[in-house]
Amino acid sequence: MSDLGPVQMRSPVLTVRRVDAYVAITVVAPGVAERFRSGQFVSVAVGGDQSSMLLRRPFAVHDVKPDHGGTVEFRFAVRGQGTAWLADRRSRDLLDIVGPLGRPFPLPRDPVNCVLVGGGSGSAPLFPLAQALRRRGCRVDFVIGAASADRVFGAIGARRVAETATFTTDDGSFGVRGTVVDALPGVIEDARSDVVYACGPMPMLREVSALAANFGVPVQVSVEEAMACGVGVCMSCVLPVVGDDGITRMARSCVDGPVFRGERVRFDDVGAIPFDALGAPGWKSVEQGAQDDAVAEREVS
Amino acid sequence: MPGAAPDLRTALGGADLPNPVLTAAGCAGSGRELAQFFDIARLGAVTTKSVMLEARAGRPAPRMAETPSGMLSAVGLQGPGVDVFLQRDLPWLISRGGRAAVSVAGGTPAEYAEVAHRVEEAGGASLIELNLSCANPADQGRHFAVDPDAAAGVVAAVRARLSGGVPVFAKLSPDTADIVALAKACVQAGADGLALINTVRGMAIDTATMRPAVAGGGGGVSGPAIRPIALGCVYDVHAALPDVPLIGMGGVHAGTDVLEFMLAGASAVAVGTANFHDPSACVRILREFTEALDEHGIARAADLVGGAHRPIGAALGR
Repeated sequence: MSDLGPVQMRSPVLTVRRVDAYVAITVVAPGVAERFRSGQFVSVAVGGDQSSMLLRRPFAVHDVKPDHGGTVEFRFAVRGQGTAWLADRRSRDLLDIVGPLGRPFPLPRDPVNCVLVGGGSGSAPLFPLAQALRRRGCRVDFVIGAASADRVFGAIGARRVAETATFTTDDGSFGVRGTVVDALPGVIEDARSDVVYACGPMPMLREVSALAANFGVPVQVSVEEAMACGVGVCMSCVLPVVGDDGITRMARSCVDGPVFRGERVRFDDVGAIPFDALGAPGWKSVEQGAQDDAVAEREVS
Repeated sequence: MPGAAPDLRTALGGADLPNPVLTAAGCAGSGRELAQFFDIARLGAVTTKSVMLEARAGRPAPRMAETPSGMLSAVGLQGPGVDVFLQRDLPWLISRGGRAAVSVAGGTPAEYAEVAHRVEEAGGASLIELNLSCANPADQGRHFAVDPDAAAGVVAAVRARLSGGVPVFAKLSPDTADIVALAKACVQAGADGLALINTVRGMAIDTATMRPAVAGGGGGVSGPAIRPIALGCVYDVHAALPDVPLIGMGGVHAGTDVLEFMLAGASAVAVGTANFHDPSACVRILREFTEALDEHGIARAADLVGGAHRPIGAALGR
C-alpha cells in the first residue's frame, strides 16, 4: 500500500496491434502508469476467471502514455496458450494486471553517454529508458539485434530517440549480419559510451557484460527469467547474484531484479547453485569458516 | 435479508484465530510481499515459508512449470535460516498485527526440534507447523512424511523440546501408502493437529528441450488439479480422528472451496498456489466464504467442520 508499490487492477484493453512478429497490447491502467519507472514490468493473468493457466505472464513495459488517465503498452511474441489467449483480446476486454513490478533501471545523475543493447523482444524496456535518459540530457545509442528482420524490435522508435541506432540480424536480413556483441565495441568507441544498459537472452547479457568490463564501462542488465508470481513469494525466478558484501545469493529476478549490475550476475552459474552461494550444500558462513580454520590451526599446532 | 455477520472464529488446538483462511507455507513468504495488496492482519494467519536451522540456497532453476489447473514446483526450501527469520521476518509480521503459523523444516528430528525450540523461545508464533516433506538421510532420502515411524519421530523430538505453549501441527503428504496411519502416528507422538496436504509428486517434460521441465527430476504438483486428492485426505483423516483439528489445503481458489474443506473436516483452510495467480486471492476467498455462509444462513463457521460426515438433515448451526 506504499505509494511506490505495485497495484492490481482490472484494466480495459485499449488496442491490440500486430507489429512485425510481435503483438502489442495497450491497456488503460492509470495506477500502474503513474508509478512506473523504466525497467519495471507488469504481470498479467491469462485465460479468464476460470482459467486452467495459473501462472501470471510477466511483460516488460514498452511504453507509458498519459492518455485516458494513464496507459501501459507491452509487447510479446505468441509462444504458447497463454500468449495466444492474450493475442485474441479485443478492445474493452478486461485484463487482470499487477504492476509496476521489479527494480527499475538506475539512471545516471549526469548527462553521460549511454548505449542501450537489446536482443529480440528483450528490447522492450529499453524504450522508456531511452526517453528517461534523454530527459536527463544523456546521449543515447541503440544496438538492437534479432534472429531475422521481422523480429527486430522497434526500429523506427529507436532511430527517433537515439543519436545512432545499429541493427543486427543473425541472417543478415536487416542491418548488419551478426549479433549485437559483434556491433557493440564499435558503438562504444564511436559514441564514447559511459554506461551500457542491456536486456535480452542470458547468453547475450553474459557477453555484453564481459565486453563492458573490458571497456571498463559499468553495465546494467535486465534479465528475462521465467516467473510464476512476479511479486517475490514463489521463489521460482532465482539466479546467482553477488551482493554488496561479496556473498552470492540466489536472488529473485522479480523483486531483487530484473535489473542487476552486469558484473554481479554469475552468468556461468545461471541454472545452477554455485558451491559458494549462501546456503548451498556444504556452504558455511565466513565467520563459521574462520572459526573452523582457527580450530584447525590449533589442532595442527 | 442478511442477519448479523457470521462468526468466523476458529480454534486450532489452542490457537484461536479470527477466521479460518490462512496462507499455505511457501506461498506467501512471511506476508511482506502480499501486504502490498491487502492488510495481512485480515487473514486467520500467515503460514510462513518453511524455515531451517541454516540458510539454504534451494534447488537450481528452472524451479517451476505450469501444468493443467496447477503447477509443478521444486524450490528446495530456499531460505535465510531460523535466526535471520526470527530477527527480520517474524517480528515484521507480528508488528503488522498478523498471526504467524511458523512452518519448520529439518534434515533430522533434532534439527526440527532445535528450530521449533528457537521459534518458541522468540515468542510471537501462534502455531508451529512441521513440514515433514523433507528428505530423511536415515531413510535413503525418502521424506519423513512417507513413513509413520519417521514422521512420529520428528513430532516426538519437537514435542520433547517445547514447553507446550504453542500448538504443533504436522503437515502430511499424500505421497504415502496410508495417510490415516500417518495421521494417527503423528497425533500419538504429540501433534496437536494436522495440516494436509503438501504437494503431490509429479513430473512435466519440456518437449522443446526433451528434458524435465524442472531441474532435479520432478517436483510437487499444487493448485486446483489436486483439490479432490486433498479433500479425500481431509475427509478420511477427519473420519478416523474427528477430534483432531485439521488445516486443509490443496487448490483452494474460491470461497466455496473453503466451505468444501470445512465440511470434509478442516477447521481452517490454507491458500497456496492461488496467491501466485492473484496476490489478492486470500481476501477475495475470505469475502466469498463469508458471503457463502450468509447465503446458507450459517451463523458460525465452526459449525461447518465435518458437516459432510453427518447424516442428511443433521443440524448445521442454522
